[in-house]
Amino acid sequence: MSEFLEVERYELFQEPTYNFGFDRRQFMKVFGGGLALIVPLTSLVAQDREQGESGRGGFNRDVPQEIGAWIHVDQDGSIKVYTGKVEFGQNIRTSLAQAVAEELHVPVSMIRLIMGDTDLTPFDAGTFGSRTTPTMAPQLRKAAAAARETLIALAAQQWQVEPNTVRIVDARFVNHDTTKSLTFAEVAKEIKVVKTIPADVKTTPVDQWTIAGTSVPKVDGRDYVTGRHKYTSDMRRDGMLFGQIVRPSKFNATLASPSGPAQPKVTEGFIVQERDFIAVGARDPQSAARIVKGINENAQWQAPDQPGSAELYEYLRKTASAAEGRSRPVGSVVAGFAAADKTLEQTYTVAYIAHAPMEPRAAVAEWTGDKLTVWTATQRPFGVRGELAEALHIPANNIRVIVPDTGSGYGGKHTGECAVEAARLAQTTKKPVKVVWSREEEFTWAYFRPAGVIDVKSGVKNDGTITAWEFHNYNSGASAIQHRYDIPNQTIQFHPTKAPLKQGSYRGLAATANHFARESHLDELAVLLKMDSLQLRLKNLKDERLRAVLEAAASRFGWGKPLSGELRGAGIAGGFEKGGYVATCAEVSIDRRTGKVKLERVVEAFECGAIVNPVHLQNQVEGAVVQAIGGALFEAIEFSNGTILNPRFSRYRVPRFSDVPKIEIVLVDRKDLPSAGSGETPIVGLAPAVGNAIFAATGKRLRSLPLAPKGLQGLSG
Amino acid sequence: MANIALNVNGKKLTVDVDPQTSLLSVLRNDLDLTGTKYGCGESQCGACTVLIDGQQTRSCITQVGRVANKQITTIEGLEKNGQLHPLQDAFLKADAMQCGYCTPGMIMSGVALLDKTPRPTREQIVQHMNGNICRCGTYLRIIAAIQMAADQKRGAE
Repeated sequence: MSEFLEVERYELFQEPTYNFGFDRRQFMKVFGGGLALIVPLTSLVAQDREQGESGRGGFNRDVPQEIGAWIHVDQDGSIKVYTGKVEFGQNIRTSLAQAVAEELHVPVSMIRLIMGDTDLTPFDAGTFGSRTTPTMAPQLRKAAAAARETLIALAAQQWQVEPNTVRIVDARFVNHDTTKSLTFAEVAKEIKVVKTIPADVKTTPVDQWTIAGTSVPKVDGRDYVTGRHKYTSDMRRDGMLFGQIVRPSKFNATLASPSGPAQPKVTEGFIVQERDFIAVGARDPQSAARIVKGINENAQWQAPDQPGSAELYEYLRKTASAAEGRSRPVGSVVAGFAAADKTLEQTYTVAYIAHAPMEPRAAVAEWTGDKLTVWTATQRPFGVRGELAEALHIPANNIRVIVPDTGSGYGGKHTGECAVEAARLAQTTKKPVKVVWSREEEFTWAYFRPAGVIDVKSGVKNDGTITAWEFHNYNSGASAIQHRYDIPNQTIQFHPTKAPLKQGSYRGLAATANHFARESHLDELAVLLKMDSLQLRLKNLKDERLRAVLEAAASRFGWGKPLSGELRGAGIAGGFEKGGYVATCAEVSIDRRTGKVKLERVVEAFECGAIVNPVHLQNQVEGAVVQAIGGALFEAIEFSNGTILNPRFSRYRVPRFSDVPKIEIVLVDRKDLPSAGSGETPIVGLAPAVGNAIFAATGKRLRSLPLAPKGLQGLSG
Repeated sequence: MANIALNVNGKKLTVDVDPQTSLLSVLRNDLDLTGTKYGCGESQCGACTVLIDGQQTRSCITQVGRVANKQITTIEGLEKNGQLHPLQDAFLKADAMQCGYCTPGMIMSGVALLDKTPRPTREQIVQHMNGNICRCGTYLRIIAAIQMAADQKRGAE
C-alpha cells in the first residue's frame, strides 16, 4: 500500500463529544446476566492502520474509545450483537449475522443485531467508506469465536469433561463420550461473565466457512415485501405532531426584518422561530403545510448574489486555494516529459449530483424531561448525537439517537439537520414531532457530490510506456487520486476551492471523478499511439490484482472483437479504491437521428478479497453499475444564484428500468485475502468506460460528466 | 372535512378528512398503513403505488374524495392468511431489493402488470415498470422477480 494518504475532506466526521467506558457492573446492569464478549476498539484501530488506503483521513486512529462492539449471549440462550453500524440496504444486518453464526455454529436466525443506537451500541464513527466488512466483520467473528470457546468451557465444566471433547453442532453443545447435549440456554442460564476478547482467539479459516461465503437471504426480507418494516418516516408516537420547516427563498438567505415575518394567528398548530429558523408543528401534515404557506406569503428574505452552474468550472478554478495541495512528487515530471515521444494535456469536469435516496431525510424527536430521543435516518448516529448536543446546548449523554434500518443514503445522510429540526420543534411544543423532508427539500437542503475540474498532462513513449503524469484535481476530492500504474515521474495534487453548493460524501467520494479523468486520459493516449486501450494499461501495470480484473472483464466481454451495427463502440476502464479492484467494459450504441446514447452491455469484474455473501455482493455491484449510469450520462444539479433549478424527479433524471443494459458481473473470489467492502468501488469504472465507448462509436471525445444529458449533437451528417 | 367511506384491503371504514387530501397521506397518517411510501409527490417515482379497483394508481396525486367506495389494495393487503403473494415471494427469492424503500411500490406495480398481462415479455415489464424508481439499482432483479412470479402462476394453472 502507498504510504501517501490524502485527507478526504468530504467524508464528514465529528469527534465524539463524550467518551464513556463501560465497566463490568454497568454491563450486567444493562444485560442482567449471561456472557458478554467485548471487542476492544484498539484492535479495530490496529487493523485500520494495516489497511491504510487513499481517501482516509486518519480520523479513527486515535479515538480514545475502548469498545468497538460486543456480543451478548443471554441466560435464555438468545444471542445479540451490538454494533454502532447501521443498515442502509447494503445488507450488513445479514452479512454480520453470518459472520457471528459461523463462529458460534448456530443458524443465522438465532442472531439478532442491535444496530445504530447510541444508548445500546458502542461508539462508531459512522457507516461509510466501505469499512464494515473489513473492520467490523472480523472483529465480531473474533468475539463470536471467543464466546464459543467460553461457552464450550462452561459446558465441559457442567459435564466434568475436557473442553476439547465438546463441540457445538447446530446450536447444541455435544460431547462424543456421552450422548448428552446442551442448548445455549442450558449452558448460559446461570452465568454472569464479561470478557474482553483475547488477542489470540482463532477464527474459522475462509476455506472452512459454511455460513459466511454463502448467499443467505436478507434476514428480515419478509418485513420489506409486506410493507411491515418501519422506516423512520413511518414512525408514529402518541400525540405526535407533524413538523415542517419554512425554507429560505435561496441559499444563504436571512430574514429581512430581524423580528421575523408577521406570524399568522394559528389555532391548529405551533410556530417556532429562532433567528432565521422558522418551523411549524401541527396535528396533521396538511395543517402544517397551510401554516407554512401563510408564513411564506409574508416572509421577506435577503440573499447575496451567488454563482450558478453556468460559471461553475471557472469559479472552481478561480477560487482554488493558493496553497499547493498536499502531494509527494515521484521522480521528476520535467525529466519525464523530456523523455517522452508524445505529450497530451486535457481537462475533465464533473458536475454536482444528488444522492436522491428514495427515503428522504426523516426524524422523530421526543423529549422525556430533559432527556431527548431521536429516531433518524443517518449514517452517523453518534455524529448526529453530537450535532444535537451542540445545537440544543444539552449534554450528549441526555440524547439517544436510534437509526431504524433506512431507505438508503449512498453517503448522503451523514448530517443531522432533520434530527435537529425535529428536536427543536419538539422542545418548544412539548410533544413528539416528526419531520420528513419533501423531495424538493431533499434535492435542495441536503448536500451534493462535489463538482470538480481535473487537469491531466502526460508524457508517453511510442511503445506505450508512460514517462510522466501530472494530475490536478480542483474541488472534487482526493479519493483514488493515486493509482496503481507504474509511472516513474508524477505530480498529483488535490486543490481545495470555494464551493458554491453544500457538498459532502457520496458513494465512492471523488473516486469516480478521478477515475473518469484518468481512465479517459489513458484511452486518449492509446488513441494517440494507435494502441489498444487495454494493452496500454497492461503495459504500465504490474499490480497483479488490477491486471486480473482487467483481464477477467475483457475476457468475458470479448474485448477487441468487432461489434456489429452502426455507431456502436466499446470502452474499458479499471481502477482501485478502498481495498477493491474493479474493471468495467461497456458497449454503447447511438441513435443517429436523436443522438441518444444507449448503453447496450456492461461487463464488470470486481475483486474485494474473500467473498462473504455472493448474492448480496453481486447485488451491490450491479446496483453500483446502475447508479453510475446516472452520473455518467445524464445526472447534473442545475443551479443559479442560490436556487436549485431542477429539484424534482421530473426535472432531475435518475436511471430507470429502460436505462439498464445487460449487465454481467464477474466476481473474483480471493479466499486468501481479507474481505474488503463493496459498497463504493464498483461505481467508479462505468463513466470512463462509457465515455471511451462513445469515442469508439463516434470519434467524439467527451470530457465532462454527465457525458450526454441531451444526447450527442451533430451526428446527422 | 367530510366523512369519506373507504374500502381498504377488503375492510370498510370511514375517515373524516378534507376530500382533497391525498390518498397517500390518508393511508399513512390516518390509517397507519405505512407500507405505501412517499417518494416524490409528483407521480414520478412509483413508491406510493396502490391498486384502485385493480388499476395501479399513484396515491400521492390521488385525492381521497375520488376513491370513496372503490376497492383500494395496498401492500399490506397482498398477504392472505400468512401466505405471501407470489410476487412478494419472488422478490425474496430474487433478492430484488437493497434498502427496500421502493419495494412496496414495485410490488404493487408488478401485481397490476401480472393481473393484466400474466405472461409479460421483458419489454412489457420494462415499459410497465419504468415509472418506478429504485435508487439502489436493483432493476434487473426486479425484472427477474416478475418473470419468476409469472412462471410460478403459469405453473399453477
